Amino acid sequence: MAQGQAALLLLADGRLPAGGYAHSGGLEPTVQAGRVSDAAGLEQFLVGRAETTGFVAAVFAAAACERAVRDDIAALSALESELDARTPSPELRSVSRTLGRQLLRVMSTIHPHPHFALLGTAPHQPVVMGVAAAALGLGPRDAALAILHESVAGPAAAAAKLMRIDPFDVHAALARATERLDRLADAAANHADAPASELPSRGAPLSDIAAEHHRSWNVRLFAS
Amino acid sequence: MYASSPREHSSHKYSPHEHSPREPVRRDQGARRPGAMSSRAVLTTEADVLARSRVGVLRSQGALVLRPAHPKESEPLTHRRREVARVMLAAGAAGPLGGDDYSLDVHVGAGSTLVLTEASAMLVLPGPCGGRSHMRINVYVGEGATFVWLPEPIIAARGCDHEHDVRVRLERGARLVMREETLLGRHREPPGDFRTTLRVTHDDTPLYHQQLCVGPQADGWRGAAVVGENGAVGSIIAVDPAWESGAPATSAFHSSAILAPLPGPGMLVSAVAPDSLQLRRRLSAGLDTLGAPWAPRDAPLPEPEGHRDEVVSETEHTGAG
Repeated sequence: MAQGQAALLLLADGRLPAGGYAHSGGLEPTVQAGRVSDAAGLEQFLVGRAETTGFVAAVFAAAACERAVRDDIAALSALESELDARTPSPELRSVSRTLGRQLLRVMSTIHPHPHFALLGTAPHQPVVMGVAAAALGLGPRDAALAILHESVAGPAAAAAKLMRIDPFDVHAALARATERLDRLADAAANHADAPASELPSRGAPLSDIAAEHHRSWNVRLFAS
Repeated sequence: MYASSPREHSSHKYSPHEHSPREPVRRDQGARRPGAMSSRAVLTTEADVLARSRVGVLRSQGALVLRPAHPKESEPLTHRRREVARVMLAAGAAGPLGGDDYSLDVHVGAGSTLVLTEASAMLVLPGPCGGRSHMRINVYVGEGATFVWLPEPIIAARGCDHEHDVRVRLERGARLVMREETLLGRHREPPGDFRTTLRVTHDDTPLYHQQLCVGPQADGWRGAAVVGENGAVGSIIAVDPAWESGAPATSAFHSSAILAPLPGPGMLVSAVAPDSLQLRRRLSAGLDTLGAPWAPRDAPLPEPEGHRDEVVSETEHTGAG
């Protein structure tokens, strides 16, 4: 992994202007519903998220990267429809496509590559992440790790604004999660060349339920 | 081991070795572990010239017993209709236990209608010699056919190691309503390792693909992103070709349940609940939201007083579409 480390940090940086900061990864409605109220609850939330929706996103980012590396952009449409089927909440499908569109816009500007023009107007975020990783010379495992990092770092950053919690406790949970993210990125990369229909899907029913409640609110701090 | 109703489980305690009376009646049917059971059942239906549905193949084996049946509960789509085929799945043996391998193939022929119910909840238990149990269900629903599938809950008992895999393939123009309910352990008991996967395709396009992993080998599922402290989780999938041109609106009708369109002509009711009775109520309430012919015409069970405050008021979710 000596090659490309700086590119991976660029892609996974929350300060990349791709709009990720506006999302709490489902933490806002979860805190509001009283399902997370302390540091232990937050850590369980983050672990559950990494193991389910985070892992699925990582698998699809790895698969998209693998296809982009071998210039098989036509194969990405099957990933799009399989990821739709693995995202039961229409709100979360829409959030993923919004984040995908924003990441695509940033990447086409800061690091142009012919693949970006072939992705359509609103591709899923993991698909864009995979293609962007390939464009930066990174591999499937890097794409998976970048998206896993975001799946926990996003809600962790939002936690300070949503609940009374010591930021050191939040980052202690992130520190404990690092081995898990590495392991999940390895597992996701192992699926990278599998047919789209056979890619794993790990559901998170409460995340779907929370997202559909959240979108009906008139006033909210985060977009999701 | 089967229970007569999901409610009975919340008041009844089993010992992990209660399966022993089953041993003498079991036959080894090619499975690898001593005492393990392999059962394969097949069910097909076809439409006759008068558009009545008939059962073609009804093959039971071992633990999977299929028999023609009468209506069991009020049915979406087929309520009080006589020309449809009704079959009930009953247990020929306790299980599945660790090491057991069950499979069920269902073929709903073009233009026919099948209602498949289940006699009792399915309790998944550890085997006498350890090992993983499997249940694979493959469903094919032909053009213009309708499949109404109302199984009882699956109960993942402590110590179980089970892989449940359901694949549903719908041809264009097929209709479906299916329910799945999982209880995470018996009363005050943590579940064993339990992985359940459901994949539904419509006209060869994926519509729904979800896996739920719980138990000691899975991490984070007790967190608030997955199932939290709930004891029951389930869903209903409804597919109607009429929704090709626009599905009904989303409804967050309960704090722990939603009705939402799938990416295709399908709707999902997804719910979590403390127990099986409340889960069934929430799932049924979601289906009721779709109106006729999805809502069973018999009056739904009212929510008990203590839970009524959780129901989201009409004004709060009308803007959610």
